[in-house]
Amino acid sequence: MEDIVQIKYALDTFYFLVCAVLVMWMACGFAMLEAGLVRTKSTTEILAKNISLFAIASVMYLLVGYYIMYSSDGAIFPSLGMLIGSENTLADVTAGGDDAPYYSARADFFFQIVFAGACMSIVSGAVAERMKLWAFLGFAVIMTGFIYPIQGAWSWGGGWLSELGYSDYAGSGIVHMAGAAAALAGVLLLGPRQGKYGANGQINAIPGSNLPLSTLGIFILWMGWFGFNGGSELKISDVASANNVAQVMVNTNLAAAGGLLAAMATARVLFGKTDLTMVLNGALAGLVSITADPLSPSALSAVLIGGVGGIIVVLSVLGLDRLKIDDPAGAISAHGSAGIWGVLAVPLTNAEAAFSSQLIGVLAIFAWVFIASLVVWGIIKLIIGIRVSPEEEYLGVDSVECGLEAYPEFTLKK
Amino acid sequence: MKLVTAVIKPFKLDDVREALSEIGVQGITVTEVKGFGRQKGHTELYRGAEYVVDFLPKVKLEVAIGDDMLDRVIEAISKAANTGKIGDGKIFVVSLEQAIRIRTGETGTDAI
Repeated sequence: MEDIVQIKYALDTFYFLVCAVLVMWMACGFAMLEAGLVRTKSTTEILAKNISLFAIASVMYLLVGYYIMYSSDGAIFPSLGMLIGSENTLADVTAGGDDAPYYSARADFFFQIVFAGACMSIVSGAVAERMKLWAFLGFAVIMTGFIYPIQGAWSWGGGWLSELGYSDYAGSGIVHMAGAAAALAGVLLLGPRQGKYGANGQINAIPGSNLPLSTLGIFILWMGWFGFNGGSELKISDVASANNVAQVMVNTNLAAAGGLLAAMATARVLFGKTDLTMVLNGALAGLVSITADPLSPSALSAVLIGGVGGIIVVLSVLGLDRLKIDDPAGAISAHGSAGIWGVLAVPLTNAEAAFSSQLIGVLAIFAWVFIASLVVWGIIKLIIGIRVSPEEEYLGVDSVECGLEAYPEFTLKK
Repeated sequence: MKLVTAVIKPFKLDDVREALSEIGVQGITVTEVKGFGRQKGHTELYRGAEYVVDFLPKVKLEVAIGDDMLDRVIEAISKAANTGKIGDGKIFVVSLEQAIRIRTGETGTDAI
């Protein structure tokens, strides 16, 4: 009997770790996606941002983030402790009962780090090509150490949102909309890229420099999302959980597909041509949309939920441009607009969720992250500034911040 | 001697090169350039925003030839690079004062 308990523990831990590794790989996906959507002169810097924010998330979440998020015991204000506590012993596990841990505590920590990293990486796409690198990294420290974990404690940490019945399986609101809120705050303080918006409401195109990389990035994200959603079942070692995981992965895939096809059709109808960048954003929006509940919808519903996300992202990209909110990667649209839809769509297929608690969750998370981010960006802006100078922006943040060109041999700089 | 410069569509380069080598032209210099003529490019859409692609990629080739070859060279390039559509390009002819082969020091028509 004890052998079976040990094997189940090992299996659940193993499953958790593998899913965490898949989500870590999403950091690469974001890096590739964003690198392809910016100009050659900004590529090095965005790659630097993406890989270092993951490192920062790893350390900050270790130092304070995990504790804030999971040890607050239901309060609105989490307690500020440090580090990550001790590991489960064999005796803890075999004690049995509802409170017995069924997977490694370190595995839980590892899984949560990569989620914090995913949330932060959403911001880098929106502020690309004109933000100071170290301003961004400074914000990442506060976001991954404090802003993200504090709202995460309200829901996944057992706080007031979870008591209210807010339902967000893998984090359409908690991770994706939160990241978009932080991005929006940054972009509003930052301003659009030079030359993006013209005098009479004119919107100028600044085409991405490497669409193969962006496509690679979306494929990587699509694959990593199987870990993001699949791992959020938190268990696999019994029939019910295993079936759930399978359902989750099926729905995740179908939502991406639905989002992609809907965005593709929308772009084709609106523009007359099939804009690949919209196709890619559509897949992403589909994934974000299903993330709030990839378990309860039927497979066909998953396609539709993703599909609505795909339409939303295209319209949101166009809408943000009309509002002169410059978002080179479409991050605010794909993660924010689709994330809100994802959270609000949960009651459509999940009888245990209520529209009111979903709405409260969306508003609370958005308000907290947006306002806290605005304050932090504002402080950074006062101390060192968040935007490079116009001359530096013209030369390109790569040479200014990194002293390196991403494509040194074949650029014809505009 | 003449220096013949032609700006042509990039995908026509191989055809032009073959045509020139068939009439005995032995050396050619090629650069990748961007340009436009009267067609002034066209507009495209990127995520719903219009932009003008006015500088189109072209290939510029230069050949140094003796005066006697000029008509044949112009004919060869024109025929090979022609598609009948706008953007086919142009040929320019300038007088070449001197030419020197660096390795041997030969000058004039011996050098080309």
